[in-house]
Amino acid sequence: MGDDPSSSSQMSEDDDDRSPPLDPSSSNKARNCSSGSGCDYIIPYPDQVLENVLENVLCFLTARQDRNAASLVCKSWYRAEALTRSGLFIGNCYAVSPRRATARFTRVRAVSIKGKPRFADFNLMPPNWGAHFRPWVSAMAKAYPWLEKVYLKRMSVTDDDLALLAESFPGFKELLLVCCDGFGTSGLAVVASKCRQLKVLDLIESEVLDDDVDWICCFPESLTCLESLIFDCVECHINFEALERLVMRSPLLKKLRLNRHVSIGQLHRLMVRAPQLTHLGTGSFSTLEGNPQGDQELDYVSAFAACKSLVCLSGFREILPDQLPAIYPVCANLTNLNFSYANITAEQLIPVIRHCHKLQIFWVLDSVCDEGLKAVAATCKELRELRVFPVNAREDTEGPVSEVGLQAISEGCRKLQSILYFCQRMTNAAVIAMSKNCPDLVVFRLCIMGRHRPDHATGESMDEGFGAIVMNCKKLTRLAVSGLLTDQAFSYIGQFGKLVRTLSVAFAGDSDMGLKYLLEGCPKLQKLEIRDSPFGDSALRSGLHHYYNMRFLWMSSCLLTREGCQDVAQALPRLVVEVMKSDEEEETGEYVDILYLYRSLEGQRDDIPKFVDIL
Amino acid sequence: METELRLGLPGGGGGGGGGGGGEGGGDQVVVMMRKRVFSETESQITTDDESSACVDLKLNLSSKDGSSTAEKSKSLMMNKNKEKNVDLPADPAKPPAKAQVVGWPPVRSFRKNMLSAQKSSTTDESKAGGNAALVKVSMDGAPYLRKVDLNMYKTYPQLSDALAKMFSSFTIGNCGSQGTIDFMNERKLMDLLNDSDYIPTYEDKDGDWMLVGDVPWEMFVESCKRLRIMKGKEAVGLAPRAMEKCKNRS
Repeated sequence: MGDDPSSSSQMSEDDDDRSPPLDPSSSNKARNCSSGSGCDYIIPYPDQVLENVLENVLCFLTARQDRNAASLVCKSWYRAEALTRSGLFIGNCYAVSPRRATARFTRVRAVSIKGKPRFADFNLMPPNWGAHFRPWVSAMAKAYPWLEKVYLKRMSVTDDDLALLAESFPGFKELLLVCCDGFGTSGLAVVASKCRQLKVLDLIESEVLDDDVDWICCFPESLTCLESLIFDCVECHINFEALERLVMRSPLLKKLRLNRHVSIGQLHRLMVRAPQLTHLGTGSFSTLEGNPQGDQELDYVSAFAACKSLVCLSGFREILPDQLPAIYPVCANLTNLNFSYANITAEQLIPVIRHCHKLQIFWVLDSVCDEGLKAVAATCKELRELRVFPVNAREDTEGPVSEVGLQAISEGCRKLQSILYFCQRMTNAAVIAMSKNCPDLVVFRLCIMGRHRPDHATGESMDEGFGAIVMNCKKLTRLAVSGLLTDQAFSYIGQFGKLVRTLSVAFAGDSDMGLKYLLEGCPKLQKLEIRDSPFGDSALRSGLHHYYNMRFLWMSSCLLTREGCQDVAQALPRLVVEVMKSDEEEETGEYVDILYLYRSLEGQRDDIPKFVDIL
Repeated sequence: METELRLGLPGGGGGGGGGGGGEGGGDQVVVMMRKRVFSETESQITTDDESSACVDLKLNLSSKDGSSTAEKSKSLMMNKNKEKNVDLPADPAKPPAKAQVVGWPPVRSFRKNMLSAQKSSTTDESKAGGNAALVKVSMDGAPYLRKVDLNMYKTYPQLSDALAKMFSSFTIGNCGSQGTIDFMNERKLMDLLNDSDYIPTYEDKDGDWMLVGDVPWEMFVESCKRLRIMKGKEAVGLAPRAMEKCKNRS
């Protein structure tokens, strides 16, 4: 299987990039047999057979890492892979241009694009930094008329972008916007009315502007294809009657997550209409101004009991704890329960959680205290993912959860794979216990909210705890550290964190050595975000061998000088090195406020705002 | 399910080893196992080809004298240690209250706002913005209108900025944050009517259309029913009425 120039040129001539995805008979481009007898029979090129086989085999490869590997084998594999890739994943919207991506992959049906770095979520970056969807949707409108699915995370999307999307893709089926902003109900209205094949409209933690447009009314009047409608983050009032009618004419609807402007009485009406739901976001779970008395008299238990397929429950935005028993009928089947907006006590949680034997994913507020977590540990033996969020996201309060809760969870939930835990105090002992009890941990994110807080019991740093995590949890790929940490913690991570891909560091370390340990020791490191840590230019330079292998590096409020960042930019031409001021008003100090660097094939982007400098 | 395909390269193992590793093409293969780059095999390929991502990194990292930065980080370290000493529970007294730091703890504002909204409704606190003063904002020529909560802002410039950001995608010509008007100043308003393309106006409780900026902020929030950003030419007619009303008030 070599590179036969003649076969490759024939392929490129015949390649119709605009044709629908691969039909085996259409790629049978062969040469005619010119023989004296006048019969014309087709002999395929030997390479042709291989190419056909390859294209058919490659269809089974879905994981992008596998596809990337396959594309590197040789030119014809590269081409075949490019023609058969139907799902395009862009981890950093600035790493490659829309033009380049659409030129290489011509038959894409689904696109995922990620934009801003995660620390932008916490107001660490000034607004209007970039990550605009516009150039992508414009390019795709021309290149991918058969596009069916768009997933965007942390992108700026305007109503015009949504309008263009709705108009350009007649077969469009799924729109998922996670942590996006820049659009309003007007954009949703266009999507609802023009995307007639729409199956999925999921708005997750996105900021949606209230344009006073009734987008729920804009869905087609006939039966819809809707399978998933998630709008719990939308802060605007919605037309409930229109929603009810929509649910009634959406027989395939399985996932419905309501916003907090839907009262518990209205929820009841919807549940009665849609007992086939598998995922339900309950909205406010409270009586709103409408009809408080009437709402409280409804039979919620029966409504929940009728939903025999319910496996995922969320919402509870303004929860009336007295109504919580209504969900008992579904608890035994629940695999996913999100109480992270429900300010409930341990007493209120316990009667619910003790029914939830099958629970795999549980999000909760720390209002349930260590007590509540103990109850979780006692019942939820199948738990894979736990997230404990703070009611009071401040540093100087006494916290309701502590090392006690963490220890209990580690002892009860041995299959745990992912944990995010906010607390005010912690001990190494509890973290070490978790490292030993939960060997399947893939994600360990511990946020001790007080900066530089040591082990509560011993007064020592938290080095040993995090050290144990990287040592004992052999599958760990994502880590977030906190508390009092010296360079030793980073030495451990560099030594043992060989699979770590994503690392989040804040207020930690003593010197450049900390960062050097990481950059020299962790070969799989892809995404590194650091804030307020004493790492300087020398440490930054120690990663030069690795930056091309990373998706990005973020460092804010560290000890980097402009010159140090300049050195990196000069050493690595394919790296885009952005330097930003966090506050436009302030004078530029000795150190750089924010460094954000990423590999890119395109060089400097053309949409930088005033506060960004590209070195 | 990932199959973890790797390149079986001559002279090397299937992956792993020092820097890079061969797990998929997502990580460029670096230095140790060097795949022939496309440009070496096929002359027609342009340099734009993605294979140029397989870069052979042979960097000579000069060992700079880092003494100055080492000193800086030492002194910072000392300061940090001081800070840390404050935290160590040498005695049972609580650590001193700290000023809140931007973006810490890392809880999304979306979630923070949700929870504080819940708390204020249950405890019946009226926080600033507890009563939203939502008004519609339309701009001539823009396809969509918006809503703003006037209680989110304390001054005209703040509102001006917010409006500019909201409508920046619709503005024609040189508007945007540069084109927003400093409408604190009556005189400037008059000047700008001739220059700017867009003028913010509002409908007050009496149903009159007024120029934004001629009354104190609080009074404006009180009386504003909705906002309209007009094209300059149309707003000219308003100015005399606005001046009169202003004089009548004072």
